[in-house]
Amino acid sequence: MMEGKGGAAKVMSIEGLWVSYGNQVILKNIDLDIFENDFIGIIGPNGGGKTTLLKAILGMVRPTKGKIRIFGGRPEDAKRYMGYVPQRKDVPQNFPITVFEVVRLGRYSNRGLGRRFNSQDDEATLEALKSVDMASHVDTEISNLSGGQQQRVFIARALVNDPKILLLDEPNIGIDVAIQKDFYEMLRRLNREMTILMISHDVTAISSYVKTIACLNRVLFYHGTKEISKEDFEKVYHCPIELIAHGQPHRVLEEH
Amino acid sequence: MFDFLGYEFMQNAFLAGILASVICGTIGVYVVLKRIVFISGGIAHFSFGGIGFGYLVGVNPMLTTILFSLGAAVSIGVSKKKVNLQEDTTIGILWSIGMALGIIFVGLSKGYAIDLFSYLFGSILAVSRQDLYIMAALSLIIISVVSVLYKELLLITFDEEFGNVQGAPTDALYILLLCLVALSVVVMIKVVGVILVIALLTIPASTSRLFSHNLRRMISLSIAIGAFYTSSGLVISYYANLASGATIVIFSSAMFLLATLYKEMKARKERRDMLGS
Repeated sequence: MMEGKGGAAKVMSIEGLWVSYGNQVILKNIDLDIFENDFIGIIGPNGGGKTTLLKAILGMVRPTKGKIRIFGGRPEDAKRYMGYVPQRKDVPQNFPITVFEVVRLGRYSNRGLGRRFNSQDDEATLEALKSVDMASHVDTEISNLSGGQQQRVFIARALVNDPKILLLDEPNIGIDVAIQKDFYEMLRRLNREMTILMISHDVTAISSYVKTIACLNRVLFYHGTKEISKEDFEKVYHCPIELIAHGQPHRVLEEH
Repeated sequence: MFDFLGYEFMQNAFLAGILASVICGTIGVYVVLKRIVFISGGIAHFSFGGIGFGYLVGVNPMLTTILFSLGAAVSIGVSKKKVNLQEDTTIGILWSIGMALGIIFVGLSKGYAIDLFSYLFGSILAVSRQDLYIMAALSLIIISVVSVLYKELLLITFDEEFGNVQGAPTDALYILLLCLVALSVVVMIKVVGVILVIALLTIPASTSRLFSHNLRRMISLSIAIGAFYTSSGLVISYYANLASGATIVIFSSAMFLLATLYKEMKARKERRDMLGS
């Protein structure tokens, strides 16, 4: 296995990835290497292909060209290494289901068709809920939780199979600014044990917590650093951006 | 007071009502939560073609209806998942084709004039022993599938995309769910008819939703509520000499309205109490 900075092992490599829907090119020639314990924030405008990139990594969207390798294998065969937290709007908000049941559904891949969940699944479910500080809410109906608590439950669902890579799609939407810091601290804690790839709109907030930032608008700009040149940024957003420098925002959040 | 149970047709009617409640209680919950009410309507109306076909070829219409409703379920499912066809277009087309086929088949069939009305609005009092056996067999199939695939159905109803990520065969499961709806439609057609099937699929489940915090409870409560609705409706229709299927639907809707109002008042009172304390 190839090694990156500091001797970390490579967990994923994307080479010359193209994805199109019909005639529309969504992702253009993406190259990306991701190493163990990376914490990458992906920013970029709406429709820039951020979610499509995650879905390609998860094997839900077929590449038109190029390849993705996760621990050397195809995405379809690497599902057990990945935990996925979809955008909150994709998750039903008024459904009669308890927190415990939501998280246990994440164990589906361990059981398969027609087999009942067993005590091992129950234990893993409790463990995952503990790791996001939600163990006291096992029997609560999911729709009775606040946005931030719901998000923790969906993260627990992604953690229930001990993934090596955690993929989050706009996890901060619908979370009170007041508790966002706790939320990101939790991610930082999880990052000690796994690689995290997170999509976000909120450049200011994520830049305080992620290790590196990638910009995506069909084309990917990534230098394995947290600094993004003004030129890259303008290319991504197609407009000059004066305000966003990655040094400043650190303090903005830390002061809370 | 229960003198009406002395008649065999009333016994059959009650048994049919109970079977229909078990089925609509179970499948209705998925229909309501997965928001496939309109799709279920399409399947129900398409199955009317099966009723006409049964008369044309001279077999029990319930048997031909099974084929038609399953055909509709698979067509809608496949067109949604595999073909790039707009779902409501498929439903709308199947909806009217089924009704049209039914009328044409009945027109072609020689012999005695059949009572189409009873299939449109239900004829629970005309349920025969043979009908009951078919209904019981279908119910057994539906209940077995739901209990074996409970986890899978929960997965695709709650979050189909996540199920996909988990490697579950979500498309096949979705089509299977539509097939279960199709079989449920057949069980209920005799009780409330093609047009009112949607009421039985949605009203007990929606009432139950008001008082349930998880799926298992929602299903069992929905079955109990369905049984209460159908038997009460039946008794009322017997004494008031009204059409049974229609009475069941009106009674269920009234009860659902009351339950919703009760729930809303309770929620308001709780809010007031919280502000007051």
